Amino acid sequence: MCDTCGCSGDGGAVLRKPGAKEYHVHVGDEGGHHHHHEHEHGHDHHHDHGHDHHHHHGEARKVQVEQDVLLQNNLLAERNRGWFEARRVLALNFLSSPGSGKTSILEKTIPMLLEQSPVTVIEGDQQTTNDADRIDALGVPVIQVNTGTGCHLDAQMVQRAVRELDPPERSLLCIENVGNLVCPALFDLGEAAKVVVISVTEGEDKPIKYPTMFHHADVVLLNKIDLLPHLDFDVAKCRDYAMQVNHHLEWIEVSAKTGEGFDQWTAWLTSKLAAL
Amino acid sequence: MHEMSIAMSVIEAVLGKACEEGGVKITGIELVVGKLAGVQVESLKFCFDAATRDTLADGAELLIEEPEGRGRCESCGAEFAVSSFYAKCPQCGQFRVRIESGEELAVRSFTIE
Repeated sequence: MCDTCGCSGDGGAVLRKPGAKEYHVHVGDEGGHHHHHEHEHGHDHHHDHGHDHHHHHGEARKVQVEQDVLLQNNLLAERNRGWFEARRVLALNFLSSPGSGKTSILEKTIPMLLEQSPVTVIEGDQQTTNDADRIDALGVPVIQVNTGTGCHLDAQMVQRAVRELDPPERSLLCIENVGNLVCPALFDLGEAAKVVVISVTEGEDKPIKYPTMFHHADVVLLNKIDLLPHLDFDVAKCRDYAMQVNHHLEWIEVSAKTGEGFDQWTAWLTSKLAAL
Repeated sequence: MHEMSIAMSVIEAVLGKACEEGGVKITGIELVVGKLAGVQVESLKFCFDAATRDTLADGAELLIEEPEGRGRCESCGAEFAVSSFYAKCPQCGQFRVRIESGEELAVRSFTIE
């Protein structure tokens, strides 16, 4: 049971806003998109029909489907993408393990970009509004999606969050996914590009340990390079691994702490914003 | 563990169609999960049992075909079998593979009574 409103939104994603204790929206509660409810209805209804009108009971029959398992998510993601394109919103999906510095990168990036473009942010975490609070401190609109037990954001959560956030025309929308290098790779949100963050305190073989994520990525940000003098991390090797998994990757080395490499990173963002 | 979401998506995809077809029970579901789909088949089977509980598909048999991945080298054009996105071309030794198949994640069919 939801402890804010007492409803039975068990395990589903919830949207929250920093500094607004009472504000929360259960993703999927509004009509039309709650698949489980729909199907519970469908079940009862058609169950009766089956008995009354069709006499298939007991006869096995194979039905060909040939449908993508993630069709619903993919269709919704394409709707998000179409909306972003029409509104000229550059939506980026930020992905990494927990602790690679996604939020720190956003904290450094956003003030640098605000002069040329409005920025809005969707934060994804299982629990807490801690990351949204950090973005809120920068004075940009932010919505926190708490996925509960969920290990990734999906297109429906983003659609709902975008409706609340209402990003302005010609703006940057940063979607910080749940910290996880596995699951979010499979769920298209409608973003223009996937930005994967790895940090030099992780193993340089991350790209080949989690190849699915790097295969789907467009940009890799290697973060925390200010720590390189204290570590044995082999940057060239890590880059080679990443390029071997996906040779179309854009590779940028940064430090969210010192700002090193941010000229290259913000130049990439600027070029994408200019192309909207 | 995204396999639970995948299992739920399978059930959603199948239940609606099964109702349209007038089925009262789903006894089997056939999936295609490519070796490069990013889905653990063992986890998916485990989650499938939980996801089907108290639905039309409760107790349904899950059949999974797992096609191998195929890739083409963007350097020399050779076509070869790949088991991961980290794949070396057997002809020229480059790691510049374009994945041609093996990422399938689809419901092929289901059986109703």
